[in-house]
Amino acid sequence: MREKDTNRKIKLSVRNLTRTYEETNEPVEALRDVNLEVAESEFVMIVGPSGCGKTTLINIIGGLDHATRGEVLLDGRAVSGPGADRGMVFQGYSLFPWLTVRKNVEFGLKMKGVSKAERARQSQKYIELVGLTGFEDALPRQLSGGMKQRVAIARTLANEPEVLLMDEPFGALDAQTRVVMQELLADISRRTGTTILFITHDIDEAVLLGDRIYVMSRRPGTIRDVLTVNIPGERSHNSLVLPEFLDTKKKIMDMLWQESNDAALDR
Amino acid sequence: MQYKNRSRRIEKALSFICFFLIIGFWCLASYGGWVSEVFLPTPTSVLKKIASMAQDGSLWANCWESTSRVLIGWIWSVIVALPLGMLMANSRKVSAFVQPIIEFARYLPVVALVPLTLLYLGIDETQKYTIIFLGTFFQLVLMVCDTVSSVDKNIINAASTLGANRWQVYKEVIFPASLPGLMDDFRLTIGWAWTYLVVAEMIAASNGLGYIILKSQRYLATDTIFAGLILIGLIGLLTDFLFRLLSRIVAPWQERLTDTK
Repeated sequence: MREKDTNRKIKLSVRNLTRTYEETNEPVEALRDVNLEVAESEFVMIVGPSGCGKTTLINIIGGLDHATRGEVLLDGRAVSGPGADRGMVFQGYSLFPWLTVRKNVEFGLKMKGVSKAERARQSQKYIELVGLTGFEDALPRQLSGGMKQRVAIARTLANEPEVLLMDEPFGALDAQTRVVMQELLADISRRTGTTILFITHDIDEAVLLGDRIYVMSRRPGTIRDVLTVNIPGERSHNSLVLPEFLDTKKKIMDMLWQESNDAALDR
Repeated sequence: MQYKNRSRRIEKALSFICFFLIIGFWCLASYGGWVSEVFLPTPTSVLKKIASMAQDGSLWANCWESTSRVLIGWIWSVIVALPLGMLMANSRKVSAFVQPIIEFARYLPVVALVPLTLLYLGIDETQKYTIIFLGTFFQLVLMVCDTVSSVDKNIINAASTLGANRWQVYKEVIFPASLPGLMDDFRLTIGWAWTYLVVAEMIAASNGLGYIILKSQRYLATDTIFAGLILIGLIGLLTDFLFRLLSRIVAPWQERLTDTK
């Protein structure tokens, strides 16, 4: 059980992170002085308009891209380059199509040299957690989008990362499947206490899942505001109609509306 | 399901009909006396020729001779092209170093290199392997490089965020992901290897299917020429079939456009 303690230890922090792309003659500033923190077992959302550099930000945290300035600290240590301590789940699933569900989930453990018996035990645990029992020997191409994303989540969790980074993981799913997956993830967060940093452009998703929400500005992306979400009870589709939910949603909508309004005035 | 089986059967039937049409036309032209026997032998005489070659053992000897030359020359080309192509795909420096010379060599017609190979290597087997190697290697390197570079970047990223190091990414992700494409590259280049084999055997050989074809031309033995061509074609079909089979064995997960789900 995750305790809602405000004095929790800081797991992940991003300090003055700036990313400028200089491949062309005119440098493009994707991110400017981004600062954020994620506490242990916290579920943090980043929401922002498309093209605000959200994906760049999470790729830098995951080590798939590098910062021009600033740093990413995990448990106080600066990190660079990809590593098993920061697990990532992508919108496009990115499963290994030649491996069965079980082998996909065991991939990270195999890379670490974990014994076969231990791998089997661990993978079974996470396959059960995401509700894929019975599909262990299926190939990715035999699965639906929602099931593929379940495999990707199990594959990342089986590695027991310090922090789980999710880049619009449910963006490609249909509306019904998305709600089911959101509830599944809320449940996983409650049961495992995994620290999660989740990126989305979907305000409902941000308010439904997050303990805290960072709202980003348009390009160059920077943190515009941060909100704490106080929705009573376990998060589920029922939370979508609670007054607390609608309040928070309204605040974020106003911020993002202002962003796009400013953008329109600039043109 | 019913429908799919039926359309599969129709496809098979169409493939056979094409063969039968060509053979039928051949029968008409030869038995009907449209074309002189010297230029177009009858199917019977070609079949008789193949049968007599099978009886005196020259059929198997020559087929084997040619097949083993193709295999040895081509396998050498795979052994060098596979690692080099993979390196090129993953290192800009390696690519910058070898790409220009490969692009240059790729456009040299192999036939034009035959005099040099004869001068350097004489007329023994090495010369034939070399011709086949030269004919397939430069194309294969670029094909391997292309196949390997087109591996989905996202699954490589996924692997490295799951803790795979550089070598593990190669071995556990890039290689298996490229396998279906590589099998296609192999299948195509071994076909070209047969073309270059005939070039090699026509110039300096004392056996093999290419040699038989060339020798028959001198004696106007068109039936033997046809027999040789048909044998090469049949071996080609068999090779192609085996490669397709092998692809399905090593990469059964591969989705193909022609697959009916």
